[in-house]
Amino acid sequence: MNIFVGVDLGSTTTKAVLLDERGTIAGRGITNSRSNYEVASRVAREEALVTARFNLVRNALVADSELAGIADGFVPLLERTFRREQYRDQLRRLRGELHRSGDRGRRSQSPTRLREVLDLIVDEMDERADRHFGALAVRKSDFFRDLAGGDYMALAERFAEPGGVEFETLSGLFDRAILPVENSVSETPMEELVGRALDAAVGASGPRGGAAAGLELAVARVRSTPLEELSSVGTGYGRQRLPFPKEQIRSEILCHGLGAHVMFPATKTVLDIGGQDTKAIQVDENGIVTSFQMNDRCAAGCGRYLGYIADEMNLGVHELGPLAQQATTCVKINSTCTVFAGAELRERLSLGQRREDILAGLHRAIVLRAMSLLARSGGVREEFTFTGGVARNPAAVAALEQLVAENYGERTINISPDSIYTGALGAALFALSASRKAA
Amino acid sequence: MLLQKEMIGKHYRDLASAGDEGSKVVYTFVPGNLTELMGSFGVLPVLPEINALQSGMRKLSGDYISEAEKQGHSEDVCTYVKCDIGMLKKGNVGPTGLKLPEPDLLLLSYTGCFTFMKWFELLRQEYDCPVAMLHVPYQADGRIHDHHRDYIVEQLESEVIPKLEQVTGRRFDEERLRQRLALSAEAENDLVWVLESAKNVPSPIDAYFGGVYYIGPIFTAFRGTQAGVEYYQTLRAEIEERLAERRGPTTPEGELEEERYRLVMEGPPNWTSFREFWRMFSEEGAVVVASSYTKVGGLYDRGFRHDPERPLATLADYCMGCYTNLSLPARVDLIADYIREYRADGFMINSVKSCNSFSVGQLLMLRQLEERTGVPGGFIESDLVDPRYFSSANIKNRIESYLQMLEQKRGTAA
Repeated sequence: MNIFVGVDLGSTTTKAVLLDERGTIAGRGITNSRSNYEVASRVAREEALVTARFNLVRNALVADSELAGIADGFVPLLERTFRREQYRDQLRRLRGELHRSGDRGRRSQSPTRLREVLDLIVDEMDERADRHFGALAVRKSDFFRDLAGGDYMALAERFAEPGGVEFETLSGLFDRAILPVENSVSETPMEELVGRALDAAVGASGPRGGAAAGLELAVARVRSTPLEELSSVGTGYGRQRLPFPKEQIRSEILCHGLGAHVMFPATKTVLDIGGQDTKAIQVDENGIVTSFQMNDRCAAGCGRYLGYIADEMNLGVHELGPLAQQATTCVKINSTCTVFAGAELRERLSLGQRREDILAGLHRAIVLRAMSLLARSGGVREEFTFTGGVARNPAAVAALEQLVAENYGERTINISPDSIYTGALGAALFALSASRKAA
Repeated sequence: MLLQKEMIGKHYRDLASAGDEGSKVVYTFVPGNLTELMGSFGVLPVLPEINALQSGMRKLSGDYISEAEKQGHSEDVCTYVKCDIGMLKKGNVGPTGLKLPEPDLLLLSYTGCFTFMKWFELLRQEYDCPVAMLHVPYQADGRIHDHHRDYIVEQLESEVIPKLEQVTGRRFDEERLRQRLALSAEAENDLVWVLESAKNVPSPIDAYFGGVYYIGPIFTAFRGTQAGVEYYQTLRAEIEERLAERRGPTTPEGELEEERYRLVMEGPPNWTSFREFWRMFSEEGAVVVASSYTKVGGLYDRGFRHDPERPLATLADYCMGCYTNLSLPARVDLIADYIREYRADGFMINSVKSCNSFSVGQLLMLRQLEERTGVPGGFIESDLVDPRYFSSANIKNRIESYLQMLEQKRGTAA
């Protein structure tokens, strides 16, 4: 199968989207950006290739009347199995890095003792893997750093004292070990992990008789289908460092405009609130950008602001929106300066105001800032599409809906659950159209 | 460019030795500068905003601005002012490393920028010297009326000329002024030819980044001098040659090989990262074919010439005719004409918040220009000489996005 790749390097996450020749999404991948864009780009791409492979499996099953019935059960099982395998592979690398870091430092504890405690922790983490990837598991994050970090810290707290090792030593070792694990790619080829997951899923899925043979055959066919990348386009802040030639690099403004147009073809105005900037974009009926506004002297009120607030409140960033929605009143927050917001937050809390109400005010403050950019770019036209990581935050969406209605009247506000992939989708579309033009 | 640098260098040397030579020194501003009149009295001009931009280009402005902020100037104050005040407080050593002389007269010849008045109020506290202020009416309805002109001529006769006579001990010599005005007009003809050479496709010049070098001499001490006339003759000959050989404009990386985008630029450039800013355009093949900034010292390309036949009236017209004295509708008209005449693909606004003369109304202009011309506008924000307000990655991102948008539009139109 021929595929076209779009990669969007964001300040927080890196996304990849694969399209087939008809422009249908074949696969998508996402990873945290780390400080290493090249690895992030590679990982996102590989993740997308994996999901493309899974989609092929789904399509093969659905196309077969005998197997169509098991597709809904088999594919999620396959994904879970793969994630668990992948997680274990990363744990193996983490163990190695922990040992290496442990051996290097000069500490009061004996190295053997330290190793023992580290092994206890990682063994237990390995056992917990099933819990993260069970059928009903709810994961707070899909990134290894977050999943493993949560478990590791909890276990370190449990094992430190009985093992005679300081908790600080253990947490310091994790901080050091996680970086090389994140910043390098596993020596186990992704295809091998996919293969292992397929075998395991076929074994565990349960069909007997003819259906089992059919499933094995379908899976074998998918495994041997080559996925050939015909062209790729990169976008986002790290785009200059992507391993693409210059003509294969597109501004994320164009990519977001086009991506939003494809997701919602009647889109005229796009708002993207990403990790470090906010963009208001106007597009024509073909998804071509006609004007745009960004904030370049100050990045107040971007996604990173929420990240900072979450840290200040000791919450996960995804918890902020739902909490803010429980507000009974909206506290007026004046500052969208990320640094001042921390002070304002503490001040409000000390005055006895409710956390939920303060959070509602913070969300409104961000959206107010975006409203000013929207006004600059030419206003909010029908239809209006909201993209970027912040579009996944329900409180930000609610504030936006209210302010748009107040300022521009009723507007259709489109938010795709996959809005985080908008830029990468636009980039993949550019890759596809460049390839069509060249043909 | 080399000749221009040498001229500016010599001017700073002349200023440094002004005390020894017994020359009188006048501090004044670029917009509405009365260079011919000052020249007829034999005084040397010091232009604080030129000092500030030169300090910006030489990476000195950051320290000066901090110094001024230490003295109590707010973060929002025009950074030219803070750079100048900081430089003064740190010993008044000019951008080329030579000490600047103290003024014998503070001549405020343009009030279209309100900050200029405040700036000179600050300088007046520092120096024990007379001040002459010329009140320049704003072109509210986009044109110069006779009563405006009469009002300025009256102030020249009753305020400016007597102060210059008092400071220099010389009588006003109208004939000398006429001679200088004639030299000005000669240089102005050549400058206009150079600026309009950008109407050619491809253009042999960049009328913004290159343009600031071209306007340097005529906006500063060299208008109405033989050296100024010769500079513009040399420049014109160079550009004529460039045009005949179909060579592109000079860029920080050498000659531009392919003109891919033709832009009109509104607003002053950023000086602290001037070459980096320039490269962001030139590396993408973007050439600025016309700009409003190169008109802050006069709209010669719209027909104005210094006229020796009406010496004081022509100075009055000059003071009122600089770009920032135009009303917003007049600015929109001018840029819309540029977009058409210079066959521009787009226009871009570099907005500098601390410069009210330029930044007020720019978003409105952006929208009106887009509506009027159908050509898309780009908007970036930076500063004049405060190095803290040049966010390189963001500005580059914005410029690239804008140019890619033009490219994409071209693709669909074709």
